[in-house]
Amino acid sequence: MDMRSPLGRARGLGSSNDGFGHWWMQRLTGIALLPLSLWFVYSAVQLTGASHAEFVTWVGEHGNPVLLILLVITIYHHGQLGLQVVVEDYIHGEGPKIALLILIKFGAIFFGASSIFAILRLTFGGS
Amino acid sequence: MVELSLPANSTYSDGKTVAAPEGATNIKKFRVYRYDPDSGDNPRIDSFEVDLDKCGPMVLDGLIKIKNEMDSTLTFRRSCREGVCGSCAFNIDGTNTLACTKSISEIDGDIKVFPLPHMPVIKDLVPDLNGPYSQYRSIEPWLQAETPAPNRERLQSPQEREKLDGLWECILCFCCQTSCPSYWWNGDRYLGPAVLLQAYRWIADSRDEAMGKRLDNLNDPFRLYRCHTIMNCTNTCPKNLNPGQAIAEIKSAMLRRA
Repeated sequence: MDMRSPLGRARGLGSSNDGFGHWWMQRLTGIALLPLSLWFVYSAVQLTGASHAEFVTWVGEHGNPVLLILLVITIYHHGQLGLQVVVEDYIHGEGPKIALLILIKFGAIFFGASSIFAILRLTFGGS
Repeated sequence: MVELSLPANSTYSDGKTVAAPEGATNIKKFRVYRYDPDSGDNPRIDSFEVDLDKCGPMVLDGLIKIKNEMDSTLTFRRSCREGVCGSCAFNIDGTNTLACTKSISEIDGDIKVFPLPHMPVIKDLVPDLNGPYSQYRSIEPWLQAETPAPNRERLQSPQEREKLDGLWECILCFCCQTSCPSYWWNGDRYLGPAVLLQAYRWIADSRDEAMGKRLDNLNDPFRLYRCHTIMNCTNTCPKNLNPGQAIAEIKSAMLRRA
């Protein structure tokens, strides 16, 4: 039973002094994704019908590997920031909430690292 | 986890119907939410057939007529009947607004009157607003200045005073607050549009000297940043204010000092 005063409840744990960083990073990654996504979609359309060898060559040439790595980092960072908000909005049990947040962060890092590894392998002569 | 089942006393059924007096020709049906926590019963929707030829033009006039002539147990808040006190805020015809400024003629079909959404109901149309009132208190809605008070008013230029327009008019009816889905899901931590508009009213006041402290108090993923610019607040405000814009101004101030 919660016998605290309404003001005590409203003040709660106090301000975390940390909300701006998340919000701003979501905007920054969103801005970065605009040109990166356009470039990626344009390139994917250009590669329609290309063979595997041509695709591997495309990944490794010019600035493509750098842009691909930036795209992967930005997508996973932006995605996990957004999913964090969804979980905080709708999951109210502390246990499941923290478990899901950990899962999302670890998942983003794992899949991001795997994607970057694949790009590097294609660039530096893997198969 | 996610709440998939409704809390107790969330479902309602049809209640009684009170017919219009014989001979009435211009009849409008009011369908009004009724709930008495002492009874232990679920809420019901009572229907009242109101003779509009003998009733004032506003929804509040209809509710007062119902209470005076058809069912004196109907419970609701009202005071000024001219849109400045914020007491008679209900969900009318699906939108939060003030019964005293909502014209009956604007509404097609039956007039459905419910309490403000997602608040605990004390009785019938009376919600428990202790939560939002306390959140309002938590933002310290008064002038804070260390400079000793002068012998006359603290001066403010006309341009500085203009920055308070669109903010000072808020009457704290909480129509916006209780229309916000983010406030429904996280109202225990998110301050909500009405309280954030009031917070900005003091941040924007050139006479106030506590802007930094006020921003510190709001810099929190829940207190401020639960606003996802859904904009129900601005759509529903019966005073035509823009809480969404006030929240954006606070976020902008956070960016300027980052």
